[in-house]
Amino acid sequence: METMWFVLVGFMLTGYVVLDGFDLGAGIIYFFAAKTDDQRRLILRAIGPVWDGNEVWLLAAGGTLYFAFPMLYASSFSGFYLPLMIVLWLLILRAIGIELRSHGESPLWRSFFDSIFSASSGLLAIFFGAALGNVIRGVPLNAERYFFEPLWTTFTVGVNPGILDWYTVLTGVLALAALTSHGALYIATKTQGEVSIRARRAAALSWWAVAALTILGLLATLNVRPQVLDNYKASLAGAVFPAVVTASLAGMFYFRIKSNDKAAFISSCAYIAGMLGGVAYATYPVLLPATTDPAYEITVHNAAAPSYGLKIGIVWWSIGMAMALGYFTYLYRSFKGKVSLEGEGY
Amino acid sequence: MDSALTLDRLHFAFTVTYHYLFPQLTMGLALLILVLKSIAIRKNDDRYNQAARFWARIFAINFLFGVVTGIPMEFQFGTNWARFSKFGGGVIGQTLAMEGVFAFFLESSFLGLFLFGEKRLGRLGHWFSALMVFLGSWLSGYLIVATDAWMQHPVGYAVADDGSAYLSSFWALILNQWAIWQYLHTMGGAVITGAFVMAALGAFYVLTNKQPEYGKMFVKVGVIAAAFACVIQMFPTGDAQGKMIAYHQPATLAAMEGLFKTEEGASLVIIGQPNTAEQKLDNPISVPRMLSFLTYQRWGAEVRGLDSFSRDQWPDNIPLLYFSYHIMVGLGTIFIAIALVGLFLLWRRRLFESRWMMWILMLSVPLPYIANTAGWMTAEIGRQPWLVYGLMRTNEGFSPTVSSGNVMFTLLGFMGMYFVLGILFLYLIWREVEHGPKMLEAPLTTEAEAGGFGARQE
Ligand code: HDD
Ligand code: HEM
Ligand code: HEM
Repeated sequence: METMWFVLVGFMLTGYVVLDGFDLGAGIIYFFAAKTDDQRRLILRAIGPVWDGNEVWLLAAGGTLYFAFPMLYASSFSGFYLPLMIVLWLLILRAIGIELRSHGESPLWRSFFDSIFSASSGLLAIFFGAALGNVIRGVPLNAERYFFEPLWTTFTVGVNPGILDWYTVLTGVLALAALTSHGALYIATKTQGEVSIRARRAAALSWWAVAALTILGLLATLNVRPQVLDNYKASLAGAVFPAVVTASLAGMFYFRIKSNDKAAFISSCAYIAGMLGGVAYATYPVLLPATTDPAYEITVHNAAAPSYGLKIGIVWWSIGMAMALGYFTYLYRSFKGKVSLEGEGY
Repeated sequence: MDSALTLDRLHFAFTVTYHYLFPQLTMGLALLILVLKSIAIRKNDDRYNQAARFWARIFAINFLFGVVTGIPMEFQFGTNWARFSKFGGGVIGQTLAMEGVFAFFLESSFLGLFLFGEKRLGRLGHWFSALMVFLGSWLSGYLIVATDAWMQHPVGYAVADDGSAYLSSFWALILNQWAIWQYLHTMGGAVITGAFVMAALGAFYVLTNKQPEYGKMFVKVGVIAAAFACVIQMFPTGDAQGKMIAYHQPATLAAMEGLFKTEEGASLVIIGQPNTAEQKLDNPISVPRMLSFLTYQRWGAEVRGLDSFSRDQWPDNIPLLYFSYHIMVGLGTIFIAIALVGLFLLWRRRLFESRWMMWILMLSVPLPYIANTAGWMTAEIGRQPWLVYGLMRTNEGFSPTVSSGNVMFTLLGFMGMYFVLGILFLYLIWREVEHGPKMLEAPLTTEAEAGGFGARQE
């Protein structure tokens, strides 16, 4: 039961990164890909009707995490207090940036909100990557299974690390690169003309960064937390994740050369899913490793809510998510194809 | 002032009170927009469609602010109330997760269709999307209220060996009678806000003679909706809430009513200031025996006063609780009066000519917001010193590892940010009001004019 919820929460978080990832990425390449007001509106239209729904994946995943592993929620949210609050502020700023820019006509108003939108998108990508880095590296849990991490201490990986150390900064930058390329490929599929050409260029440049950082990240992880190999050694099944990552990196490269934006974008989705799946596979059953004493680790077994609630949850979760997938299919369907400046919105 | 507990409480109180300024209008307007769309279809009258389009623009702005201020709420359970989350997560995690999975997905997906899709969806399809937005926001209201209701009146749980609560009956949690009454009352409050906002804006258009056609329509729809909601608000829902408190939280009732001593035939205080030092009310004006009757339907029934509870059961801010409650009930009474006079004038066909009444309606916009906030303060301060009534005290629930300095930092951060958001919100709403529905009157040429976040691009 616990393992099942581990998979389901993992699914929702992956859904979040794949979906909201592309609109974050669109924000990152915003100034690079769009030089004029019309081009910027084009990018906003490409994410306009979907970004809010994408973000709901984060909320729903958070709610589900709370429901299935209350102790993990309590411990990690209070321990990651500062970065989470900063993430909240960035999410607020970003939403305001996207929606308010078109409520004013003056160029000053517009460039102000444009900058907010783009900067907060980039910072969010870095913070999410660093968060993942923290979860892999481990945190200073105490006997009560609580901890508190300052934003930084000495930038080294030790018993009392900060949110940011060299390792989590590396994962943060990797996330930035991955989402840049993800968003660039999305914008390339949804737009035409200059914007699309520049987006393709952004994807080409960022691909090299993604590939290099993926390898670097892997080496660093093996150094920081060699235990990640245990599950892979135990069973060969885990090999699918590195295989997916490698194949999708190749796919992103190949399809972009062939100017098949859509296939390249789908490869990028697979890349993200493969990376996150690989991390989840490596860490299971640990949810939050301890840098202090392995006995304090939070695992799916000691953090899960009792089974009655989890069983009931399967029923409504399946119904609810089936409905949500229905709306999403409909939403994306009715919004397919390239966007143009005619008609509705932004 | 500088303990982490106090700051955590202020942090939550500030952010949730601010958040609730937006959903109350969202939920109220969602219903009224659906009403406008339905009238448009039934009467085949396009003016109602125009009106719905106009309100959809206000709705969209309001919704955005509701969303951005709502996201921090969910996080705060973990960040600031970690011990509480560990204790109660096994139960209220259900309702919170269901809110995400059922309500938020529904709302956010259909809102896009509702705002941008009028042409593509056709008349009935668009009506349907309005219906779904309404259902999503009201469902979200139910699930969050059920969460709160569990904290007010825990049911359907058992306590595990490690001291944390876990779910033992799903239906008991979902159908908590406290949740049902609290929900009906809260939704009533939301409709009151929606109705008064609509009527006030209408009155403004009538008084300034700007688009008086639409002004009259808004006043009419607003006044009728307000009359229904205000009556429901007092009876049966407000009354039922009061009775539940009397049975399940008697100390809270005594504090709300300013009843320091147990009395038979207790009187209902209308005005008076609680004096906690001397344990009496100063300058009371009260209706004899009324309180006994209202709570127990007997004029002579005994109502327990604060003196019958040990001090550690007393809510910790009695004067604030007392005033919150009296402000809510006082305003509720005033609303009924306003709405009924409005209905009467409407019936005599003198409403729009009565400038004094237009002034009253226009100036009463802030009042429902005050009443709703006061109502929540009553509920939440009244629950003190408990975080989960009878099970966990507030001082046991906050995060053990987050220091007061960090909480102060983020509290100030939220205050600064929300201040700026407030200014932006008022500015954007003002722009929409300035334009009004009239600009939409020309036949629709592009979907841009059908409403939506950034539809206007001059
Ligand atoms: C426009 C808003 C509004 C108006 C006019 C009223 N209320 Fe109310 N009231 C609320 C909006 C509200 C609320 C914001 O929705 C609350 C907060 C929590 C809740 O359940 O509803 C609330 C709470 C609340 C509580 C406390 C519940 C608790 O402690 O859990 C009681 C006893 C009443 N109400 C009773 C009344 C009565 C007798 C009214 C007579 C006119 C009244 N309310 C008018
Ligand atoms: C919009 C409506 C709400 C308002 C205006 C509101 C207001 C408040 C206020 C004023 C406090 C501080 C009480 C005090 O410290 O004396 C508080 C505390 C709190 N409320 Fe609410 N509340 C609302 C809804 C909710 C809901 C729906 C929940 C749960 C799902 C909730 C959970 C809490 C918690 C956890 C605290 C902190 C602990 C405490 O001080 O009691 N509130 N709220
Ligand atoms: C602790 C209490 C609360 C939490 C954790 C919370 C959480 C949230 C979240 C995360 C959102 C954003 C949803 C999105 O992205 O679509 C939101 C919006 C919303 N909330 Fe709250 N909320 C709280 C209090 C309340 C209360 C008391 C109500 C109503 C009774 C309410 C009703 C709504 C509604 C209708 C929305 C939709 C957006 C809007 O209306 O502006 N919330 N809330």
